[in-house]
Amino acid sequence: METLNYRFEQGSRKLAAEPKIVGVVSSGNLEVLIESATLDGACEIVIQTAAAGFGPIWQAVMHDFQQRWQLSDTRIAINDMGATPAVVSLRLDQAVETMLGGAS
Amino acid sequence: MSSYLEANARERLALFDSFEEFVGPAQRVVSPHLAQLNAPVSFDDGVVVGRARLGDYAVFAAAQEGGFMGGAVGEVHGAKLVGMLRRAVAEKPDAVVLLLETGGVRLHEANAGLIAVSEVMRAVLDARDAGIPVIVLIGGANGAFGGMGIVARCANTLIISEEGRLAMSGPEVIETANGVEEFDSRDRALVWRTTGGKHRYLMGDVQRIVDDSVPAFRAAAIEAIAAIAAARDAQNGAVGLTLEAMEAEQAMLEQRIARFGALPDPLDVWAAMGVGKPAEVPMLDVAAFTAAANPHRQGV
Repeated sequence: METLNYRFEQGSRKLAAEPKIVGVVSSGNLEVLIESATLDGACEIVIQTAAAGFGPIWQAVMHDFQQRWQLSDTRIAINDMGATPAVVSLRLDQAVETMLGGAS
Repeated sequence: MSSYLEANARERLALFDSFEEFVGPAQRVVSPHLAQLNAPVSFDDGVVVGRARLGDYAVFAAAQEGGFMGGAVGEVHGAKLVGMLRRAVAEKPDAVVLLLETGGVRLHEANAGLIAVSEVMRAVLDARDAGIPVIVLIGGANGAFGGMGIVARCANTLIISEEGRLAMSGPEVIETANGVEEFDSRDRALVWRTTGGKHRYLMGDVQRIVDDSVPAFRAAAIEAIAAIAAARDAQNGAVGLTLEAMEAEQAMLEQRIARFGALPDPLDVWAAMGVGKPAEVPMLDVAAFTAAANPHRQGV
């Protein structure tokens, strides 16, 4: 297992207060818990992954994600069981869209 | 078409009109054992518990996530089930509905998992004893096996789909313990005609078989609660487990082993029961199957 932490400052999009969870911790999949938190306008992401050694790829995927959504005062926690970068991106988008009241 | 099989635990909650979760994922009550083993955890430990609205009924409910460790029961997972059932005894909902999908005890958690499953069994029987009917739904890819298979059979009513499976030892366990000659776990047709919904319905181990859809499970669960309430109000049905029911069950099992114990394959069992064209049973849809099965099925 490897734990990765990311923090992106100065986001612009705030989310609803109610926490949401999407996805399942199964092989090649992940769960994303997304919640509002007072973080000085930042978005914090903590990742627990079963696949150690992929830090640079996670960094790129998280950076792209924050570029898309510009989240502010948001805490995201991920339990990963070897999901591919595409699956991670889709799951993160699903999490934000669920928070915004879209499709779950 | 909203397949129950394809849905995950949280998606299956769509069969309720509303759902209020107890100990939700944001509380992060995760397994203390998996972290020690360097294994991934889940924020809900693979089970959702809470109170729900189901048609005219206020119910308590649980849904196991088969995707996370095969729905296996660890210490936290089991404690959530037990806590929900005990709260049901205190708050007296109209029923408890368990959406089971599980391989049984989570072996990573060893004794804690075994104790958890035994506590769930006791809690189910306590809920029934308090007059709260327990309804079990089985339609996930992992079926209901091991200790949770026993929990399922502690319920008042079991509702299964053809794709659902119910048994004690799983196919791989039997093959490992007794050899491939005894049971070939890769023979999917054999696995399903031995543990699948149709066989369980014919043997009287479950009370209803439904199509693989969330609305079908919903409708059957509502009907099951209504039927138990009607029997209870007519003073001829107990919600709790009675000695008479236990003795009737024992007698059913004894005559089952006497009649079918020597037969090697469920196809032979179905033929011995008088089911016409047993080889065609696996191909029948639910309506045609129940019509063919009802005159012959056990335990009614």
